[in-house]
Amino acid sequence: MTPLASLLLRDIRLATRAGGSAALALAFFAAVATLVPLGVGADLALLARVAAGVLWVAAVLAALLSLDRLFQADFDDGSLDLIALAPPSLEAIAATKIAAHWLTTGLPLTLLSPLLGLMFGLPPQAIAMLTLSLLIGTPAVSALGAIGAGLTLAIRRGGLILPLLVLPLLAPAVIFGAGAVGAVLDRTSSGALLLLAAFSVAATLLSPFAAAAAVRLNLAG
Amino acid sequence: MKRAMTEMGPIDSLAVTDLACIRGQRVLFRGLSFRVGAGQVLSLEGPNGAGKTSLLRMIAGFIAPAAGTIAFGAVTEAEARGRHIGWLGHNDAAKSQLSPREVLGFFAGLYRSGVDIASALAEVGLGPLADLPCQYLSAGQKRRLALARPKLSGRPLWLLDEPLAALDAAGKQLAAGLVAAHAKQGGIVLAATHEPLGLACDRLMLGASP
Repeated sequence: MTPLASLLLRDIRLATRAGGSAALALAFFAAVATLVPLGVGADLALLARVAAGVLWVAAVLAALLSLDRLFQADFDDGSLDLIALAPPSLEAIAATKIAAHWLTTGLPLTLLSPLLGLMFGLPPQAIAMLTLSLLIGTPAVSALGAIGAGLTLAIRRGGLILPLLVLPLLAPAVIFGAGAVGAVLDRTSSGALLLLAAFSVAATLLSPFAAAAAVRLNLAG
Repeated sequence: MKRAMTEMGPIDSLAVTDLACIRGQRVLFRGLSFRVGAGQVLSLEGPNGAGKTSLLRMIAGFIAPAAGTIAFGAVTEAEARGRHIGWLGHNDAAKSQLSPREVLGFFAGLYRSGVDIASALAEVGLGPLADLPCQYLSAGQKRRLALARPKLSGRPLWLLDEPLAALDAAGKQLAAGLVAAHAKQGGIVLAATHEPLGLACDRLMLGASP
C-alpha cells in the first residue's frame, strides 16, 4: 500500500471506530435538525423556508466538532513527528487527512441530509439541491477547517478557538449553499451553485498548503 | 567499527558543525560540533533541559538551527528527512483505539516498509498482544511498540529520544540489542538518554558548561 493510502485508511478507521468522530458528527447534525422544528413550531411553510440555512449551519458545526483533532490527536501522541518524516510532503499529507475527514463527516452528513430535508417539509427538487450543495460544499468545510486545525494544534482547548478562526471563512459556503436551495424554492435561477463550486474548488486546492505551513510551524514549537 | 554500508541507505555520516540552539530566548547550546560515521552509536547525555531533545528535533528538521549546519553525507537535508531518518520520539504514538498490529501496519505502509509486521511484533515481545487495543498496554509495552519502528522503517539514521524510558530490564536489553544490530549493519544511531545504553558507544555531553 502506498504511504498516502495507509494514512487515508488509518484516519478513516480511527474516525469510524467506537467513539470515533463520524458517528458523533451525524448524531449532532440529526439532533440539531430535530431541535429546530421544536423551537420554531409546526408551521411547515416556515420550516421549509429556513430548512436550507438551518441544515447548512448544522452541517458546518457538526463537521467542525471533530476538526480540532485532525492534527492535534497525532501531535499529542507523537504520531505527527513520524508522519512528517515519511516520504510524502506535508502538503500531500494534509490533503489526505482532509480527504479522510470529508469521507467520514462531510459525505455522511450529505447522505443524511435528504432525510432531514424531508423532515423540514422541503419539496423534492429542493431536497435534491440541498444534497447537491452539501456534496459540493462540504469539502471546503473540511479543507478550510484543516487550516484552523493546523494553527491550533498545539493549543490546549484549541477546539474552542478553531470555530472562531474558521467560521468566518465558511460564510460563503453557507450563503451560496442555502442560496442555491432558496432559488429552487422561489423557482428562480441563480448562480449560487456555481459560485459554491468555485469556492469549494479554490478552498480545497489551496488549503492543504496553508494547513501544512501551519503544522510545520507548530512542529518547531 | 566502521563498516561499509551495504543494506542501509546512502547516508554514511552525520556531521554537525557549530550548531546553536535557542529556545524561548534561552541558549541551550552553541558551537556544538560532532561527526558520526556509519556503524557508530552516539549517546547524547546531559541534565534535563540541556537540549538533547531539541538537538534531535533539529537534526530531524522540525526546528531550524539558530546557527551552524547539519550535513548528511552526500544526501541533501530534505532527502535525508523524507527517506533516511528513523525516529523514536518520547511519545509512543500508540493509538488507544488501534491494536499494535494496526499501529505498525499503518507505519509500515507510510514508510513503504516490506518488513513482516508479525515478526516485528514478536521481536519486541508483543506477539501475544498483537490484536489487543493499545489502550490496554502498559507504558513499557507501548515503549516496546515504539522501539519496533526504527528497524521497521528500514532507514539508516536512527534518532532515539529516551529509548529506555519505562522499559524493564529485559526491555532495556532488547533496545540495546536493536541498536547494536543496527550499528553492526552500518547504520548510525543517536540516542538521547539518561542511563547507559548498555553497549559500547561514543558519548556526547550536552549542557556541561552552563
